[in-house]
Amino acid sequence: MESLTFRHTTTKPLPGTKPQAITGVVASGNLEILLERVLPPDACEVAIETPVAGYGPVWEAVVADFVARAQPGGVRISINDGGARPDTVSLRLLQGARLMEA
Amino acid sequence: MAGPDRDRLSWYEASARQRLDALLDPGSFTEVLGPAERRMSPHLPLFDLPRAFDDGIVVGSGSLDGKTMFVAAQEGRFMGGAFGEVHGAKLVGLLRAALDVKPAAVLLLLDTGGVRLQEANAGETAIAEAMRAIVAARAAGVPVVGLIGGRAGCFGGGGLIAGTCSRLAVSEGGRISVSGPEVIETNKGAEEFDSKDRALVWRTMGGKHRRLIGGADAFCADTVSAFREAALRLIADAPAFDLDTLTAEQARLRARIDRFGQCRDATDIWAKLGVNDPDAVPAMDTGAFDETVAQAREAVHDAR
Repeated sequence: MESLTFRHTTTKPLPGTKPQAITGVVASGNLEILLERVLPPDACEVAIETPVAGYGPVWEAVVADFVARAQPGGVRISINDGGARPDTVSLRLLQGARLMEA
Repeated sequence: MAGPDRDRLSWYEASARQRLDALLDPGSFTEVLGPAERRMSPHLPLFDLPRAFDDGIVVGSGSLDGKTMFVAAQEGRFMGGAFGEVHGAKLVGLLRAALDVKPAAVLLLLDTGGVRLQEANAGETAIAEAMRAIVAARAAGVPVVGLIGGRAGCFGGGGLIAGTCSRLAVSEGGRISVSGPEVIETNKGAEEFDSKDRALVWRTMGGKHRRLIGGADAFCADTVSAFREAALRLIADAPAFDLDTLTAEQARLRARIDRFGQCRDATDIWAKLGVNDPDAVPAMDTGAFDETVAQAREAVHDAR
């Protein structure tokens, strides 16, 4: 298993008040994403556990793109990966952010 | 976001969380040991396998038509919904708590291949403890109803657990058995049971067969609302858990072996049950199948 953690500063907090959301399932080619509103409003942390080692730079790029798009300030994101492709990861992250805004 | 549409949501396709959200009265579900608690498997990291925050089972309480329910839903896509240590402990804890709280019923949304091989001892123990806890809950007057229609089916120890429930509802896609198709083929050969023959698999273990021989008590269309209606109906007519019920079950199971023990295929059994055109059963829609069930006396049955 490889553990990766990325910390970002955002320009604004993620809208909404929902304290927590979860989406996705740990299955082949899929992943689960747990979002918790527990950080200062301009901080975002993404922690990943993946059985597929060696893709740190790809995760870093996908996470940076998501943070730039969603500005998920205040949210800690924890990921259990089941070997998802980058496009699936990106969609799940945006889906998770949307659930928190509801 | 709009609430879940239980008339359109496919039970087979839905995740464990989606099933619970749509099954229960809106907003009524309270989870115990939710994902944020991170009670994950202590064993899977030893095998370099990914974990799930809820260890593949969602447990808690909610209401169904205003009545308090305890619920457990297995996620069939995480490790085939299989029982590990934490997964099993969450189910057993819920069932034991039912003895104190006395909910109107416990609903088990089973979707499992059985025991997780990476933590098999703990999983096997959990199966035994869950069966004992179900029996204790039933003896205390709390019906335990199994709802089966997920892609993992209900196999291995899950099949044993299903056998201890007060009532079972199953859909066409749902399968109930102990040894799965691949297990039988591996042990007995493809001549005995060809696991790639999907028609054979479904007419041997599928929902329609289980309903026809009385192994399941309700047959549902593949929607959450169909399972909800079935659950309400089955809770209302759950049998008493007493010596009379068990003696009758034993007698029926014995009679079932006498009557069907020589059959070579499920279609032979259906013919003996009085189904006019057994070969037509797999293609029947829910309405036509319900009529067929109504003519097969065996389907009214307390024995799994």
